[in-house]
Amino acid sequence: MASVGSHENYYVPEQTKLPFFASIGLVFMVYGLGAALNDMKAAESATASTWISLFGFTLLSFIIFQWFSTVIRENHAGMNSDQLKRSYVWGMAWFIFSEVMFFAAFFGALYYVRSFAVPWLGGEGDKGISGDMLWPEFSAVWPVIENPNSAIFTNPHEALNVHEWTVAFFAKFLPFWNTLILITSSVTVHFAHTALKAENRKGLIQWLAVTVALGVIFLFLQAFEYIEAYGHYGLTLDSGIYGSTFFLLTGFHGFHVTLGTFILAVMLIRAIKGHFKPDDHFGFEAASWYWHFVDVVWVGLFIFVYLL
Amino acid sequence: MSAAHDDHHHGPAKGISRWLFTTNHKDIGSLYLWFSFAMFLLGGTFAMVIRAELFQPGLQLVDPNFFNQMTTMHGLIMVFGAVMPAFVGLANWMIPMMIGAPDMALPRMNNWSFWILPFAFAMLSSTLLMESGAPNFGWTFYAPLSTTYAPSSVTFFIFAVHIMGASSIMGAINIIATVLNMRAPGMTLMKMPLFVWTWLITAYLLIAVMPVLAGVVTMMLFDIHFGTSFFNAAGGGDPVLFQHVFWFFGHPEVYIMILPAFGVVSAIIPTFARKRLFGYDSMVYATASIAFLSFIVWAHHMFTVGMPIAGELFFMYATMLIAVPTGVKVFNWVATMFRGSMTFETPMLFAIAFVVLFTMGGFTGLMLAITPADFQYHDTYFVVAHFHYVLVPGAVFSIMAAAYYWLPKWTGYMYDERLGKLHFWLSFIGVNVLFFPQHFLGLAGMPRRIPDYALQFADFNWISSIGGFLFGASQLILLFVVIKCIKGGKKATDQVWEGAQGLEWTVASPAPYHTFATPPDPKLIHDQ
Repeated sequence: MASVGSHENYYVPEQTKLPFFASIGLVFMVYGLGAALNDMKAAESATASTWISLFGFTLLSFIIFQWFSTVIRENHAGMNSDQLKRSYVWGMAWFIFSEVMFFAAFFGALYYVRSFAVPWLGGEGDKGISGDMLWPEFSAVWPVIENPNSAIFTNPHEALNVHEWTVAFFAKFLPFWNTLILITSSVTVHFAHTALKAENRKGLIQWLAVTVALGVIFLFLQAFEYIEAYGHYGLTLDSGIYGSTFFLLTGFHGFHVTLGTFILAVMLIRAIKGHFKPDDHFGFEAASWYWHFVDVVWVGLFIFVYLL
Repeated sequence: MSAAHDDHHHGPAKGISRWLFTTNHKDIGSLYLWFSFAMFLLGGTFAMVIRAELFQPGLQLVDPNFFNQMTTMHGLIMVFGAVMPAFVGLANWMIPMMIGAPDMALPRMNNWSFWILPFAFAMLSSTLLMESGAPNFGWTFYAPLSTTYAPSSVTFFIFAVHIMGASSIMGAINIIATVLNMRAPGMTLMKMPLFVWTWLITAYLLIAVMPVLAGVVTMMLFDIHFGTSFFNAAGGGDPVLFQHVFWFFGHPEVYIMILPAFGVVSAIIPTFARKRLFGYDSMVYATASIAFLSFIVWAHHMFTVGMPIAGELFFMYATMLIAVPTGVKVFNWVATMFRGSMTFETPMLFAIAFVVLFTMGGFTGLMLAITPADFQYHDTYFVVAHFHYVLVPGAVFSIMAAAYYWLPKWTGYMYDERLGKLHFWLSFIGVNVLFFPQHFLGLAGMPRRIPDYALQFADFNWISSIGGFLFGASQLILLFVVIKCIKGGKKATDQVWEGAQGLEWTVASPAPYHTFATPPDPKLIHDQ
């Protein structure tokens, strides 16, 4: 991309086949996924559409792998100027901002539902009149356990949030342990960074391995919590607004943790292969930024989904 | 990728691969502009269907469901396929040249941002051929029309929005990285042309709100396919929640479509008035203020949903505040022209029409911002007239002004001035005949998005349709002028316009495939 050869500041963008084929992969992936969802809704076989989607996903993944390999290879060949490196830093920073705004939409929905929609459905204030007319017996409590119309949206049996402020409760409260795990992992990834800057390769690898392990443990516990939610609590995607907000917020967070763990695992492999220099390791740094971001989102989640 | 380059190999590649695999900002800019023009014609065709059906009262040509598909697809294609990509195309072409950069900051991602779009719009347009028909719930896709009662093609609509959103975010990141990181030495922020400033702020808006759009369509997807109840009161959700999240995206979105237009007009008016732009600093601050305000006015689109009175009042006053920075801008454009040595080439004609007609659209916006008045105007043709005035003789005219202004720099030839003027006057007359009567229709109570109407609306609709056909047909002149200009004509000088200022006019016409491989002489960078 940015080749600084003999020309000072000379910048020659080369042709590339990567993005065009990435677009093809992307469109096959989403078209197949959309078709599969529609097939399932119409109770038809979704096999063909699923294969289309998987083909797109595979193509896209392959291209992205090639793309990152190219970028890494170019950097190792010394082709990247300082200016291009700064562009990558800006790019990652603004990408994380876009992710923040994606979560903001779901947090915003949660606040709106808790502060306005549910109280109005419960008949509160001037705006409560339609709630009173439609479902007079619905009372506004959060988490919503009794849905306005439980024939359509089956009530969950129990909520998953903090309802006792005792040490004994927190000691057995899985999301609390998950919070500790993620915060610890933010610290360990920072230790890995410090080790990298101190040219301590062993420390980098060990702390990074610990971070990846903590990410995996988090995901296991999260999966366990989902199984509990579906099995014991009757809390599902279709059990009303509490389940909707709970699963989309924690689900998209979990998806980001999965991605973050995968990225950190790639960084671990690269660290083992001897990549990264104390003064040139933005790939690692970007991954750690992403990981810190995922952590901060979890803290917000823990406060607004579980605690308050 | 090889590190070795040689000075002789820097022209474009041959054949189709030049366009598929390019990383050159000028190629990608051209791709965006041509794509945008194609979508403009497609969305325009849908508009012609709408105007043909509304030519007379009664149901003539299409059935009501198809009519709804036309209004929906017209809006979606024009907003996401025509106006936004046109501005991204202009940004790609002009920003690197305006700030003295060799290319965009991330050229490979730049290619990806573009090439997602044709596929996304192919998928979106293909819904017209599906059994369920295309989306028919309006471009604002309010729940539950777009969830409970939606045709099954809504799923493809949702994914199309997802991937075009990804494209927009990548494009915006690229523009921010370019502006913040690639400026030539001496090009300080307050020396940047206003077009660069407005795009920097637009890119910020895009990164802030496109993910929110992704969020709201994701909630729809889950409501439709996985039984969640975000927009269903029976499960404790609220259809009004959809409108809040949508308009939190949607209002900044309308500024995404107009801020770059402000930048274009701020480039053109000084050139043809042969004066520096009046109040450059205040232009920058006004743009930033408009961007800030755009985040806190969204609910003025939903005054009639039954918000608490405090909300109605807050959103009314906040909306009216936008008139202040917008007024600053209009004042500055007029003050730039004041006692200037004006000439009226085609770009200037479009720019002046922009100032006048956009301001009119702004004034009807003020009328709509008044909550009690909005209760009358809401969902009438008055709203249609309002936003078409800001988007067609607003955003679209500015894009055309930009095309005429920079075509000589892009192609190396002067466009046909007589045809350009013809295009302008036919468009100007057409657009006013098309949209001005719609104000009266709206005030008289004609609702929007209907295929049939009461008899008393017949005359104004007939006039409006005639204007629509005139405006639509006139756009073929633009196509002809552009192709003719690419083929040849009077050679353009490097400076092109006598009064033009800025780095893009210091390079050859047509601009070489690579410009500013080495930074320009700082002496060429002027104070604004």
